[in-house]
Amino acid sequence: MGILELFKYKTFSHGIHLPDKKEHTRDQAIRRLPFAPELIVPLSQHFGAPAKAIVSPGQEVVRGEVIAEADSFMSVPIHAPASGVIKEIELYPTARGPKSEAIIIKTWPGASQRVASFDPVDVGSLTHEQLIKAVQDTGMVGLGGAGFPTHVKLSVPPEYTIDTLLVNGCECEPYLTTDHRLMLEHPAELLQGTKMLMKALGAKRAIIGIEDNKMDAVQAIKAHLSGFEHIQVKAVQTHYPQGSEKLLIKVLLAREVPSGGFPYQVGVVVQNIATITQLGELLPNNQGLIERVVTITGTGIKKPGNYIIPLGTPIRFLLDHVGFSGTENHLILGGPMMGSTVASLDVPITKPVSGLLVFNEQSVEKVSDEIYPCIKCARCVDACPMHLNPSMLGQLASKREYESMQSDFNLMDCFECGCCSYVCPSNIPLVQYFRIAKSVLRERPKERSEEKA
Amino acid sequence: MIELRTSPHMKGALSLPQIMHHVIYALLPICAFAIYQFGVSALALITVITLSCVLTETMFNHLANKKNSLHDYTAVITGILLALTLPPGFPLWMGAVAGFVAIAMGKTLFGGIGFNLFNPALLGRAFVQAAFPVAITSWTPGGMADRFTQFIPSSLTLPFTAPITVDGFSGATPLALHKFEATSTPVTDLFLGFSSGNPLLADGSLLADGSIGETSSLLILLCGTYLIIQGIMGWRIPLAIFISTTLFSGAFFLFDNSYPSPLFMLTSGGLMLGALFMATDPVSAPVTPAGMWLFGLLIGAMTIIIRLFGGLPEGIMYAILFANATVPLIETITQPRKFGQISVKKETGEKND
Repeated sequence: MGILELFKYKTFSHGIHLPDKKEHTRDQAIRRLPFAPELIVPLSQHFGAPAKAIVSPGQEVVRGEVIAEADSFMSVPIHAPASGVIKEIELYPTARGPKSEAIIIKTWPGASQRVASFDPVDVGSLTHEQLIKAVQDTGMVGLGGAGFPTHVKLSVPPEYTIDTLLVNGCECEPYLTTDHRLMLEHPAELLQGTKMLMKALGAKRAIIGIEDNKMDAVQAIKAHLSGFEHIQVKAVQTHYPQGSEKLLIKVLLAREVPSGGFPYQVGVVVQNIATITQLGELLPNNQGLIERVVTITGTGIKKPGNYIIPLGTPIRFLLDHVGFSGTENHLILGGPMMGSTVASLDVPITKPVSGLLVFNEQSVEKVSDEIYPCIKCARCVDACPMHLNPSMLGQLASKREYESMQSDFNLMDCFECGCCSYVCPSNIPLVQYFRIAKSVLRERPKERSEEKA
Repeated sequence: MIELRTSPHMKGALSLPQIMHHVIYALLPICAFAIYQFGVSALALITVITLSCVLTETMFNHLANKKNSLHDYTAVITGILLALTLPPGFPLWMGAVAGFVAIAMGKTLFGGIGFNLFNPALLGRAFVQAAFPVAITSWTPGGMADRFTQFIPSSLTLPFTAPITVDGFSGATPLALHKFEATSTPVTDLFLGFSSGNPLLADGSLLADGSIGETSSLLILLCGTYLIIQGIMGWRIPLAIFISTTLFSGAFFLFDNSYPSPLFMLTSGGLMLGALFMATDPVSAPVTPAGMWLFGLLIGAMTIIIRLFGGLPEGIMYAILFANATVPLIETITQPRKFGQISVKKETGEKND
């Protein structure tokens, strides 16, 4: 910690410094892309129960109207991203792998695509319960990548009080610049949204944490701060994976969320920039989430930038519009450290997708693919932000001693940030080992109960 | 063709062979100085032992039907390090035996790179220390006029015969001088590797005695610092060894002035090479930060005890080997405190705030 204090801004211990690769898109103002002729809108774009479709094939829908309802509290509704007609409700490929149910909308080519208008709401006059319900009705989920329903995060168990709302403007993944552009272009909406969420939580103050590679965003928000006396903007050192909410809480408030616990246990709720900015716009107008900003970049992309994209737009359509040279080889939804590759160009953009990275054959970094045994160099131990021992976990994984990984070496505290794999000189796919171990462990209790039965 | 991979999709630049290349670069100046001081004998010793290590590894890979593992360069490093710890006139055939034992028993027996419990170079040296006690304690002074044209006679001893001893070719190391004759060598000589005419050395040699790669502490320190700055090597273990050596020898020195000073302890014998290049071998050292400190402190303390009270003048080799054996235990008791591991008491306390 001693050396870190020499730097101007605070950060956490461990973690890694990555090349930020944001230069191609950070100066690109947010632009709109046209509507794809067919939108693929999956019913499960969030963490929790899938939404329930309330439309049927052949039915006409207006942009912004509800097409699927929240199935339970742990679910959110889905709104039509474009005016058109429902073609079918079918299984379609998703980024996660298995096909899942999606509503296919044929968009009207000549339609004005005006958003269905609803009566504006005076957010200030809503009760706590009404406000939570209003947030759920927007269909909002964590837009930073987690996809966790926002209203659930705002429903803090009554025995806890929230004193601080943290607004996560770290955007610590390389390449991505959506939050950066939103802070520059929509600071007023961001601050409005922050104020609404502070009210929903009963929080006395809010802190917007921004990494110091985005000082222009810090300035932009500070310029709009008059009238928001309980909101602070704080720069933090650029350091991966600071955007992880537990780490940001530690950096800004010096509080440590207990292992396996939630931020509300230390009096904090964290929300991402895009989530809050969108809510600041949607809530007063009583509208739902129908589009989002996505960074499209990568070596093969001709026009890298930040684009407003209707939810459900297939990747194939996006590549046609931003231009792509070479053979597409490696498509990533999300950031390069935690995002997942997709197998099909028919996979649509969904609520949690903040980036589409496309690399062609020549550009994929091939340092050395050879895997060596672990030489116990301890680089992973020094990189793990959760202070685990990835070296030991990796050795146990190769011997399939999954129980020991969980009970003796805290496997379940790993959130797969990728730091250990990134630094490993032996190229050991540690994160992949850990994912396998976790899924095996998740299956085991089921197997046992089946054996007993 | 769309390629599917798992995250992360970015990779740091440093790979295992690159790390090993850097270690070799850092060892080259030390080898060069050894050859400058001790001439062709040192060159031959380094070459023979490195070749022995490489051939042994190739042979075992072949016998075990494993693929070639030489390109990770660890066998070369083991060979060079082992050579640097031996006396200048060490018979070459004994060097070859040391190299064989280092790789065969120190490394391949455990499963190759990444699996050895002990530092292979030191295991090889420990074997020849036990097997050839005379040859390994015959110290030839450096800086001989004909060192670049003539071998030290004992170097060329025929295999499986005892070394030829010729008068005028043996001296005493600073540690042995101190231990057995209670004479100190000036610390600046130990640091730089050039002795300024120590009166006790009747042959009037110009350079300090010792193993071929251990004479200049300054040079080893510089080469080690290069690796630490490059991020190749950790800093905790060497620092812990330096601190513990200073504290332990300092305590004795303050108690009784006839004990050697901490500075003498730090700069003499194999301490510098051991602390920076042997104890830091990642495979046989702990991975946990607290474990590294404990490991280093243990090595420093054991070195001082062996040097002051043992039958041998030097103790760093056995100290590191003993510490290697304690690594599994050290790691068990020094697992890092995970993020969010908070006692129930503190947690409820924060809730009430």
